[in-house]
Amino acid sequence: MAFFLETLIGGLTAGMLYALVALGFVLIFKASGVFNFAQGAMVLFAALAMARFAEWGPEWLGFDSKILANFIAFGLAALCMFVIAWLVERLVLRYLVNQEAATLLMATLGITYFLDGLGQALFGSNVYRIDIGMPKDPVFLLDTVFEGGVLVSQEDLVAALIAMILVALLTLFFQKTSTGRALRAVADDHQAAQSIGISLNRIWVIVWCVAGVVALVAGMIWGSKLGVQFSLTTVALRALPVVILGGLTSVPGAILGGLIIGVGEKLSEVYLGPYVGGGIEIWFAYVLALVFLLFRPQGLFGEKIIDRV
Amino acid sequence: MIYSENGQLKTSYRADQQLFPISQDRYFILIVLALAFFAVPLLASDYLFRAILIPLVIMSIAALGVNVLVGYCGQISLGSGAFMAVGAYGAYNIMMRVPDMPLVPAVILGGVCAAFFGILFGLPSLRVRGLYLAVATLAAQFFADWMFLRIKWFTLNSASGSVAVSELKVLGISLQSPVSIYVFCLCALVIIALLTKNLVRGAIGREWMAIRDMDVAAAVIGIRPMYAKLTAFAVSSFVIGVAGALWAFLHLGAWEPAAFSVDISFKLLFMVIIGGLGSIMGSFFGAAFIVILPIALSLLLPAVLGLFGLSISTAGLSHAEFVIFGMLIVWFLAVEPHGLAKLWSTAKQKLRVWPFPH
Repeated sequence: MAFFLETLIGGLTAGMLYALVALGFVLIFKASGVFNFAQGAMVLFAALAMARFAEWGPEWLGFDSKILANFIAFGLAALCMFVIAWLVERLVLRYLVNQEAATLLMATLGITYFLDGLGQALFGSNVYRIDIGMPKDPVFLLDTVFEGGVLVSQEDLVAALIAMILVALLTLFFQKTSTGRALRAVADDHQAAQSIGISLNRIWVIVWCVAGVVALVAGMIWGSKLGVQFSLTTVALRALPVVILGGLTSVPGAILGGLIIGVGEKLSEVYLGPYVGGGIEIWFAYVLALVFLLFRPQGLFGEKIIDRV
Repeated sequence: MIYSENGQLKTSYRADQQLFPISQDRYFILIVLALAFFAVPLLASDYLFRAILIPLVIMSIAALGVNVLVGYCGQISLGSGAFMAVGAYGAYNIMMRVPDMPLVPAVILGGVCAAFFGILFGLPSLRVRGLYLAVATLAAQFFADWMFLRIKWFTLNSASGSVAVSELKVLGISLQSPVSIYVFCLCALVIIALLTKNLVRGAIGREWMAIRDMDVAAAVIGIRPMYAKLTAFAVSSFVIGVAGALWAFLHLGAWEPAAFSVDISFKLLFMVIIGGLGSIMGSFFGAAFIVILPIALSLLLPAVLGLFGLSISTAGLSHAEFVIFGMLIVWFLAVEPHGLAKLWSTAKQKLRVWPFPH
């Protein structure tokens, strides 16, 4: 039982991180109808920027505070993401309005190549570390209930907590600010939003900025867990089943989907993996999402797909 | 004036329905084929064959297959790399397990394996579509990656799934020299292109296109979506599987599952979208674009930088290639979202009314 709980908690915390990446996909899809494959590249780019600025900051400015360095690096990396968001809107989206979904998908793949190349050209292609002072030691919980207790990684817990705070902030932003309201209006209906004076181009820049910040947080957490390296981009591929499971247009769906996929992956790897040779977690998430889609083609909370002839 | 159908009157249905109704088109295709079959082997060097021509021909086959599914039937697929892998490993298994198996039937049976795999992973298309389907087909990709890495039966117990073939022969002719490989693949390309062209202009191709344009409407006028979608998956993955087998056997020689990673799937989708969705000609253009562009970049970049007295490291070069490749793709999609095939047909139209456009 304790082992099961351990796996479960591990899955939930991992799922929270998937949800964070999935959130980036959902935000952009809702606002602009673009399935942003570049989210993974954005995570890598942001993490690289953060890691390198945290290294360079103290060198350039000559101070020795790790916290300050991290704050400055976070700010600069966020700035980079804003510039990218602006460039993407200016140079890409503007010219691809009303194109087919496949064309837009390919355009974001083009952005992926661009960001992968640019990020590594600017910041180098070695493995870098992000040290934001995450607690590394695992802790035992509930050792009064079970013999030996439940081993939980503190780092994962903190990461899940950060993810939760970010989600809460985003919800506040969407519900309470006028910009957030405009974003929701655009997500509901592009034309209606435009007709009451909301500038689509501005909204797109904002939403890519928000997705950039989400990518930065995701990159920061993943980067401090695994080290900043090229394989971070595969995190996006791992988050894709989360997106379709939760529904492309639903923020709660992304979070719940993330949790389901996280738990499903871990449980399948532990209880099913040994029978089929291990390493199944990568495709198991996809198959889980697929089976789910057979019953609800629009995902958990996606908008119902209505066909009109 | 030079490209006009004036005076080419058809007197029978047969003549009216032939593949290239305009005689200039027929001559053009014949000249291109003659050049590809006779002039190229005489002129090209070994490097040109290995680096560009053979990959180009095989990738054209694969792009044709992807175009059947994505361009004609409208089902976005990111699992093409998996279908190639199944074709390659299927053909390999048949070749190794059946004594004295000749190459051509093995490759075709590899394609059949891929077709079955494609039907299996095409089943979700009956319920989901669009981007959801694109992500669903990624399941095929990751499943295939895992299957050939972990299930040792498929790779005859070789470590990390890497296998090799050697001493391939067709009709007693050894496929050792690049020229023979090139000619063999070109034959396969011509046969498959003819077959696909005739499929897509026949009844089944029309069903695919109806499904692509609006599947509910197609179902209303009596097209069975299940039959149409699954046949598209089967035909497409058969062709991709054959391409995969050729790629593995003749281009790579020795390979491991990573050779058919998700990257290949993306590249194939790039080919059909940049080439032009729903166009046989577009598949060739797209394949040429994607195969030649990286090589051209890696040759051009140092030369261009050299003009300014700069040099570039290998790592920097590969990053710069990524950046430029990405920019070119985005630029291209923005300028010509319907692909190179659209440019081709525009050019043909212009030529038809030349020199009196009004």
